[in-house]
Amino acid sequence: MPQFQPVLLANVHNEDSHTLRAYEAVGGYQSLRRVLKDNSPDDVVETVKNSALRGRGGAGFPCGLKWTFLPKDHPGPIYFCLNADESEPATFNNRILMEEDPHQVLEGLILSSFATKTSTAYIYLRYEYPLSLKRLQGAIDECYAAGLLGKDILGSGYSLDVFIHRGAAAYICGEETGLIESLEGKRAWPRIKPPFPAVEGVFRKPTVVNNVETVACVKHIMDRGVEWFKSIGVPPNPDNPRDAGSFGPKLYCISGHIEKPGCYEAPLGITARELIEDFGGGVWKNRKAKAAVPGGISMGFLRHDELDCPLDFNGPGKYDCLGLGTAAVTVVDDQTSMIDVLHNCCRFYAHESCGQCTPCREGTSWALRMMDRIRAGRGRLIDLELLLEIGDSIGIMPGTTICGLADGAAWPIKNVIRKWRDECEDYIKTTNPSGYMETDPVPAMDLVQLH
Amino acid sequence: MTSEKILTDQMIAEIQAYFPRYPNKQAVTLPALHIVNAHLRHVPLQAVVEIAELLELHPAEVQDTLTFYGFFKQEKPHGETRAWVCRSISCALRGGEEVLAHLCETAGINPGETTPDGKLTIEAAECLGACEFAPCMLAGEDVRKDLDNAKADRFLEELGIR
Ligand SMILES: Cc1cc2nc3c(=O)[nH]c(=O)nc-3n(C[C@H](O)[C@H](O)[C@H](O)COP(=O)(O)O)c2cc1C
Ligand code: SF4
Ligand code: FES
Repeated sequence: MPQFQPVLLANVHNEDSHTLRAYEAVGGYQSLRRVLKDNSPDDVVETVKNSALRGRGGAGFPCGLKWTFLPKDHPGPIYFCLNADESEPATFNNRILMEEDPHQVLEGLILSSFATKTSTAYIYLRYEYPLSLKRLQGAIDECYAAGLLGKDILGSGYSLDVFIHRGAAAYICGEETGLIESLEGKRAWPRIKPPFPAVEGVFRKPTVVNNVETVACVKHIMDRGVEWFKSIGVPPNPDNPRDAGSFGPKLYCISGHIEKPGCYEAPLGITARELIEDFGGGVWKNRKAKAAVPGGISMGFLRHDELDCPLDFNGPGKYDCLGLGTAAVTVVDDQTSMIDVLHNCCRFYAHESCGQCTPCREGTSWALRMMDRIRAGRGRLIDLELLLEIGDSIGIMPGTTICGLADGAAWPIKNVIRKWRDECEDYIKTTNPSGYMETDPVPAMDLVQLH
Repeated sequence: MTSEKILTDQMIAEIQAYFPRYPNKQAVTLPALHIVNAHLRHVPLQAVVEIAELLELHPAEVQDTLTFYGFFKQEKPHGETRAWVCRSISCALRGGEEVLAHLCETAGINPGETTPDGKLTIEAAECLGACEFAPCMLAGEDVRKDLDNAKADRFLEELGIR
């Protein structure tokens, strides 16, 4: 493949890249103008479907296919929710797009809304992104003034309103049905599916939820075509008829113990090692990597000898990780305790569990209390079994919870204990030499302050 | 308990401006809470009652939503500056928890608390989506990047604490 040129990040370093003037100077809104003139919504759906674009928000569901789940000839309204809640630890690619190239996001959103016949789109934006709010609102205002949003866009007869809806610092609002409940003004308790949002979503109407980067890709697919998109990335595995492949450019975040933390664009399928070495400048302080998260901590951990894992939709699964997730890589150096790392993960999920499913609510908080006790030098070897019991029994996959937060909570536990078993046992034995063999129930440490 | 009104005409107007955006008024719950919080730095129960009245909801519905998010304080206002110090993985790996502890110790408060002069509230935050600047915090609308104890001290000095 020829040298890859960034697409999604092509303009982020341009002067005033967030303004309409700068965006139009590099061909912005040309796709929208052409599509509104020449194409029907179904044309756009068809193109996106053919591109095999998969959602960038974490689940990797084929975008065009999701759009086809909307009921045909629905009298409306159909709603579009742009998922800009971006709260998976170590993930910040959406933020870069919204801050530095908000019009790219809006053009993708308008095209996607047109395709799905929506006339109202909400951008569910996490609270902690004040600059994104400012830049997006500025861009929306510019679009209304230029006739790119509002009634009868560019004389096409198509009308669309876009509103920003701010979250309130809760990870679960990124889960699509949690987002929908939160948007409706309720607590963000994810819904049991089906019905899927495409059939019954926000305000009980058909709803599309897509990630910020996904709609940005839609813009480029409409710009450059299906062939171009499919020339980048990894084709489907011919032995797996259900594999949709991993096509297109991807924004990879890299942070933690790395020389040059940042957000970099590459074809889907580069390896964790390439990301660390070629983009991130290597592990910091000339140290070695002990572990790396392949795509947000919910995906679990790769060991130092698993870094050749390709970061495409199928890669991390081959190394017992949950998946590609948000493609946000966190590097952990060889001087760090995996017990500390796991404790940090467990605290996150105990704090963020929405509390409606007992296995998730109790499991995440028990896991945290056990990790607290282990770190306080009162761990027992049997705790590792108890932790694994939690890890193996909470989540959509074992079928015990409503949403995938619990699967994400389980994965770091399962990976750390199974991949670093010796280290975990050593930690417990050396910090609790007289008690590590005990198996009697022990009282919990002081109740952990969860909120 | 007095029933003196808490929402000002301006707050009410700001809340009502959101009505046309949604097909029902309940969806204005979060925007309304944010509006009141922006003015008062907390959302007291009386404000919840008044928001509910505006949105044609039962106060318990608004209260239910409010309490789901750890975000809105009810008892008393947060400080003039509210600093969210990240403790999630990428920041923790680079000393985020130590910075949080240092800030709290120097300011003489625990996470979630406000300095007695009302200038600063420190919150332990989960990933702020600014991990390339780890360890970091969001203070008001500013991301404070690549923190260490010295930078944390300077931040407190700027606020006149210390
Ligand atoms: C606990 C949890 C948190 C999530 N957070 C986000 C998020 O912050 N942003 C996002 O786009 N998707 C998030 N997702 C995935 C969404 O549920 C949904 O799949 C996605 O927004 C669909 O968009 P896409 O198909 O364009 O990726 C989350 C899922 C779970 C289970
Ligand atoms: S799995 Fe956890 S976060 Fe998801 S709905 Fe159940 S309790 Fe809530
Ligand atoms: S982990 Fe601290 S900002 Fe992401």
